[in-house]
Amino acid sequence: MASPEKYESHEYDVLVIGAGGAGLRAAIEASAQGVKTALVCKSLLGKAHTVMAEGGIAAALGNVYPEDNWKVHFRDTMRGGKLLNNWRMAQIHAQEAPDRVRELEDWGALFDRTKDGLILQRDFGGHRYARLAHVGDRTGLEMIRTLQQHAVHKGIDVYMECSIERLLKDGEKICGAFGYWRESGKFVLFKCKAVVLATGGGGRAWKITSNSWEYNGNGITLALDAGGDLSDIEMVQFHPTGMVWPPSVRGILVTEGVRGDGGTLKNSPGERFMFNYIPEFFKAETAETEQEADAWYEDKKNRRTPDLLPRDEVARAINAEVKAGRGTPHGGVYLDIASRRPAEYIKRRLPSMYHQFKELADVDITREPMEVGPTCHYFMGGVRVVADTTATTIPGLFAAGEVAAGLHGANRLGGNSLSDLVVFGRRAGLYAAEYAKAFRGAVTVDVGQLEFIERQLLAPFTTHSGENPFAIHADLQECMHNLVGIIRTEAELKEALDKIAKFKQRLQKVHVGGNRQYNPGWHMALDLYSMLTVSEAVTLAAIERKESRGGHTRDDYPKTDPKFGKVNIVVRKQHGQLSVAQEALPDIPEDLKKIIEDQQ
Amino acid sequence: MANRLVSVRVWRGDRTGGAFQEYRVLAEEGMVVLDVIHDIQRTRANDLAVRWNCKAGKCGSCSAEINGKPRLMCMTRMNLFKSDELITVAPMKTFPIIRDLVTDVSFNYEKAKAIPAFKPKPKEPDGTRRMYQEDIDRGQEFHKCIECFLCQNVCHVIRDHEDNKKYFAGPRFFVRLAALEMHPLDNNDRRALMKEKAGLGFCNITKCCTEVCPEQIHITDNAITPLKERLVDAYYDPLARLFKRVRLFLS
Repeated sequence: MASPEKYESHEYDVLVIGAGGAGLRAAIEASAQGVKTALVCKSLLGKAHTVMAEGGIAAALGNVYPEDNWKVHFRDTMRGGKLLNNWRMAQIHAQEAPDRVRELEDWGALFDRTKDGLILQRDFGGHRYARLAHVGDRTGLEMIRTLQQHAVHKGIDVYMECSIERLLKDGEKICGAFGYWRESGKFVLFKCKAVVLATGGGGRAWKITSNSWEYNGNGITLALDAGGDLSDIEMVQFHPTGMVWPPSVRGILVTEGVRGDGGTLKNSPGERFMFNYIPEFFKAETAETEQEADAWYEDKKNRRTPDLLPRDEVARAINAEVKAGRGTPHGGVYLDIASRRPAEYIKRRLPSMYHQFKELADVDITREPMEVGPTCHYFMGGVRVVADTTATTIPGLFAAGEVAAGLHGANRLGGNSLSDLVVFGRRAGLYAAEYAKAFRGAVTVDVGQLEFIERQLLAPFTTHSGENPFAIHADLQECMHNLVGIIRTEAELKEALDKIAKFKQRLQKVHVGGNRQYNPGWHMALDLYSMLTVSEAVTLAAIERKESRGGHTRDDYPKTDPKFGKVNIVVRKQHGQLSVAQEALPDIPEDLKKIIEDQQ
Repeated sequence: MANRLVSVRVWRGDRTGGAFQEYRVLAEEGMVVLDVIHDIQRTRANDLAVRWNCKAGKCGSCSAEINGKPRLMCMTRMNLFKSDELITVAPMKTFPIIRDLVTDVSFNYEKAKAIPAFKPKPKEPDGTRRMYQEDIDRGQEFHKCIECFLCQNVCHVIRDHEDNKKYFAGPRFFVRLAALEMHPLDNNDRRALMKEKAGLGFCNITKCCTEVCPEQIHITDNAITPLKERLVDAYYDPLARLFKRVRLFLS
């Protein structure tokens, strides 16, 4: 029997895991509700993935186009998501985003301005009006710093460089979380009434990705292991424009703002190929010729250029062009803003893109086109939640931001992620606090289980030799990139499942040297468990969805199937095994259906 | 640049001590120093400790001293070095070592807590907040800061004098203070803090911080100097002092 004093231990009402936009906003809200709140993050505060968001935060403020309102934003989000979205989440998101953006301003954010001194908004793919509040091309930095400073001044306890490895339950409900300090490798126990997951996605399992090391599906795995449901986890977004050259920067994000501000895509013969890839679904609102598209840049009353179709469409088009032999020397396509916009404009609107290409690729984007190609970017699917409260199927567990499923359906529009973070981050904090306040009885943690978890987590040190964790990771990335990428087939997906099963066996034999103090080899060995779990979940769900829709394209089922438009693919863990089911989407109320169908 | 073998010396160790260890690494086209460190980590030293996140100069995690110069590892191209040049990668000197290239930067997070928060003026009568681009250009320059702490690391006030840390916030937080002080909507007063606790007076404007800033923020000219002027106006302006006395007398 372990003594409770064996582990460093802390007690809170609400524990927020993850300190990107969603986690920070959740912690701020929970704390404002008067409950004792802690924020745990794997990196230093302010380094989470939100900091890398570039283009902007979508909200129908109507500052540039007074015609814009929540209904149009709702419609764009649903259509962009190929109607697989949870309608209620899309409605809440569109309605609340403007207040959340103005709130950031109340907390000190400095967005770019219109001539009248209001928040300026820019064009992005799939949004009918210029809608993205932004700060040049570093909006995420502005957002995370604003939230970070606000949280710090609210006196929220922050545990930095601390990785949570297991959620703890007392019967059916959450009672805590267990993890380790990265610095010392020592274990730490958090007892709490409620947990908010704000841990992001899992793109790090793919080889070409815009995601950092933190994106290992950790939170998705925590929920799955605790008995939560995943929804539409097969929906992985490949951002159409990542850097392709040189090899060491392959996958680093090139903001959609480049196209929003006038950049166009061209193949190696110099053709603007996007006109050949306009799907029926978006025909009515998309320009058909170059002349028509060029007119849109001058007057937004014209139909939009197909360069700004939703990301899934553009990523597939680029993929097809490269496969057809019309790619650039390094296997991408050209993204050209230099021939439309003057150098000063580009440097002012896209300073970090200018800097990034100049420093890392020796390319001056004010004079030459960029080479770009798809990069694994975002999980639309994730932990299944209740729209209004962000509650998962486990009492006491809430989820917000990329880790949660529903808002984006089969494909996320650019700019809707940052707004998702603050809209649902706030709700997660609010409802987690309410849950904690209503909680009766004591929070009890069975300390006996912790010793078992400790042995599991320390296993990589007990072997004398064995697999290199970084080698398993590289093989997994290769597998997911080749077999579970933009275009999928049943045969390849099944091959991936076999490989993942072998990686799991290799993980059993993983060995790390050195000690527990700040040891990346050990961290990687632990992260692999999450990455393999999430990879398996994505692959299983991808096999189940026998159609093509949004981020999920099946070569063997190339059409969208209305039957699959009515279901979520749900993955859960039962008796240690992942299982897959199809479950009905909630019906959209008639008045909202009318908004979606409206073509005007 | 063709692929070539390079020699890299990386500091390995912890609080109790350590030494440089040399690795021969293949530098491929386009590689940055962080790629080289990762390559060593993947293939030869799984436990080589290093912080990183975005790998694109946006998060400020991978700060180090490369051939003696404070830089971000992810933005330092290998072709910067001559083909036979020995490359030395060391942790930031101003902060205590945790392990290898990872240092304890908690000093900065403590200083951040001490700065009085943003306090906005009331909204306009129509419920909006109006600010004009020309009024926020300077603030936006300061908001570019990615908190890499290279400016803190290079600042000799704390780099060479551990004792000063208690009384000195450092360039990063002068930039933060300047951003707040010049924010068109802010209403808070931070002059006492700047004078007494942040130690603005310690800075003798040698501009070392400006030189190492990867975001090219003009830390000295645009943040520190105007703050110093503000303090002079507030505390040492003889006319203002006379005015205060007269007011006191009249009341």
